[in-house]
Amino acid sequence: MRHLLATRDLSRDEAIELLDIAEDMAAVQEREVKKLPTLRGKTVVNLFFEDSTRTRISFEAAAKRLSADVINFSAKGSSVSKGESLKDTAQTLQAMGADGVVVRHPSSGAPLVLATSGWIDAGVVNAGDGTHEHPTQALLDAFTMRRRLHGAASRGRDLDGVRIVIVGDILHSRVARSNVWLLDTLGADVTLVAPPTLLPVDPSGWPARIGYDLDAALAPAPDVVMMLRVQAERMHAAFFPNSREYSRTWGLDDARFDRLPPTTMVMHPGPMNRGLEIAARAADSPQSTVREQVANGVSVRMAALYLLLSGERGDA
Amino acid sequence: MSGRILVRGATLPGGERADLLVEGGVIAEIGGIADAPGAHVIDADGLIALPGLVDLHTHLREPGYEQSETVLTGTQAAAAGGYTAVFAMANTFPVADTAGVVEQEQRLGRTAGYATVQPIGAVTVGLEGEQLAELGAMARSQANVRVFSDDGFCVADPQLMRRALEYVKAFDGVIAQHAQEPRLTVGAQMNEGALSGELGLAGWPAVAEESIIARDVLLAEHVGSRLHVCHLSTAGSVEVVRWAKARGIDVTAEVTPHHLLLTEELVATYDARYKVNPPLRRAEDVQALRAALADGTIDIVATDHAPHPVEAKECEWDAAANGMVGLESALSVVHQAMVETGLLDWAGVARVMSETPARIGRLAGHGTALAAGAPAEVTLYDPSAAGEFDVARLAGRSANSPYLGRRLPGRVVATLHSGYATVLDGVVRDAHEVAGLAASASNGGARG
Repeated sequence: MRHLLATRDLSRDEAIELLDIAEDMAAVQEREVKKLPTLRGKTVVNLFFEDSTRTRISFEAAAKRLSADVINFSAKGSSVSKGESLKDTAQTLQAMGADGVVVRHPSSGAPLVLATSGWIDAGVVNAGDGTHEHPTQALLDAFTMRRRLHGAASRGRDLDGVRIVIVGDILHSRVARSNVWLLDTLGADVTLVAPPTLLPVDPSGWPARIGYDLDAALAPAPDVVMMLRVQAERMHAAFFPNSREYSRTWGLDDARFDRLPPTTMVMHPGPMNRGLEIAARAADSPQSTVREQVANGVSVRMAALYLLLSGERGDA
Repeated sequence: MSGRILVRGATLPGGERADLLVEGGVIAEIGGIADAPGAHVIDADGLIALPGLVDLHTHLREPGYEQSETVLTGTQAAAAGGYTAVFAMANTFPVADTAGVVEQEQRLGRTAGYATVQPIGAVTVGLEGEQLAELGAMARSQANVRVFSDDGFCVADPQLMRRALEYVKAFDGVIAQHAQEPRLTVGAQMNEGALSGELGLAGWPAVAEESIIARDVLLAEHVGSRLHVCHLSTAGSVEVVRWAKARGIDVTAEVTPHHLLLTEELVATYDARYKVNPPLRRAEDVQALRAALADGTIDIVATDHAPHPVEAKECEWDAAANGMVGLESALSVVHQAMVETGLLDWAGVARVMSETPARIGRLAGHGTALAAGAPAEVTLYDPSAAGEFDVARLAGRSANSPYLGRRLPGRVVATLHSGYATVLDGVVRDAHEVAGLAASASNGGARG
């Protein structure tokens, strides 16, 4: 694998290979010495044009546990805000000999531009671009589902027939996009539920069912309910009237949570707005995978860095 | 070169073959010409002669943005593309909202000598959409402005638009509207549809264009004014204009070459060369625009030539500037989109790229049929040339062309402006030479 830019490009075999390697990485996490020598001498740059402490430290932990040298380049508040371009930044990293660049950027497509521009030779991992994709988040979500469903027998498995409901701001969510493509590739059955204002104007090409009614979507007791973060600024742009109405109509409140069977997983990419899209009881219940998602994130990102930076790099 | 040029064996737009003798700034003779002593002879066997092309929508960037283009380099690009007149949009710095700025632009064009530069005046002061610019002063200035536009921005305030439409009636002016409802396009990055949802780019919905055009044709009807719609880009806009014309409303419309050829799928590369406003639309829109140009619903092709420096395009999509250069490639693109498809013949090309744009802009001395006594504004085009459109074909200062590396038919071989050649053998002539020819042409035609 040359770059990891989008789940849309991943084949089923590639996705399962990555998840299986993540299982190996997770096994390492359970040992006393959590560190592998695999990427010794390699340099990974975390290039963050947008604040995200959670994602950055997850990638940092992943790279360090593979013995890579890690440089954190927080472009926000540095020279970028003074007009240094993506190109200049990339060329700086190239000159410093970066082997891998983990990039978070507010503009959709920026990681692809970085990977295809010829400015750098490094492998590029998309750590979230605009409202486009966040592939490692979707991979860690799939990994988490697979582990909950199949436990130690997860290796080699897909998510065939697993019923997943994703709820919230689909329009602005890179997590939703990456999940839709990946979960479909892995054979899952995806339903998206949102206010019509927070869905793309024409999602007919998405491999997912679309609905506006959360209660109807939850009635058949799906295997997974994934709640997305709702940002307060959406209210001001008239996407919905106010937080009360949102939480009443599209929130996983206590009543809705109580109607779910105990086998339904409750997921959230974090950070959560407790009381808005998810009630505290659901978030803290044994059905909630929120903390597992964080732990699994490190394993999945180790797998991604391993595939990109160890040994022979593929062309694709 | 002498002041006499003999074009030997050209094919006229109607299909007949003829020789043209150019002398004293006019076409002195047309038909079978046995001999023209002392004339520079251009062998036009196999070439199509068109009246010099007229672009109603060019961004020359000077004054203010000379790193992108100047009047000199922009008109060199025009000449390379077979244009003999360009209407220069008002979004310069300072904005062309006073008589002084438009007169300066026109003067720069005359001195350079590659093409007639006809300035467009801003509708509102500083393009800010709040207060009418001095439309009358610009109209009465030496620049003789008749087209007014805030292009780049929409005159969104309906009351201001109404007043502008009314006011320019006093001097037979026209408002050229950049139809874009601003509130529906906040942060917009590409056509809104299935693809924008997948790419995660903020959508520019067709309705933001169509609703403004619908409003404006009704306003034009109400006040009895003339309206021109810039760069129409959607099938729905075509329907609105068709309806308005059937109703007798005095509206004209333009389409850009890129909206006749390119579709939004190119945006999936996130290559900012394809970022333009209005954005590239769906294949259905392209088909509707072609049909509308063929049936006259859309009156003209205008380039929206929009030069930008490299750094404005070599970056992430959101940060990139909107716009493409288009003067050098326009005729080849129209050839591919309209002529090769059988939708338009060469007489039709002359109509939509020369005659009608000159008429909409009330520009004398351009856009007249090739005939004895007509101004010597002539484009010679080789329709059989083929190959990749490459950077050598670009003659302006900027290289943000979406066609680089793409196969396009045809090539401009020569451009004659004011009776002298600005392009010969496909090569733009030297700036000093052309400036000298321009000076002597304006001194009453001391030729020889």
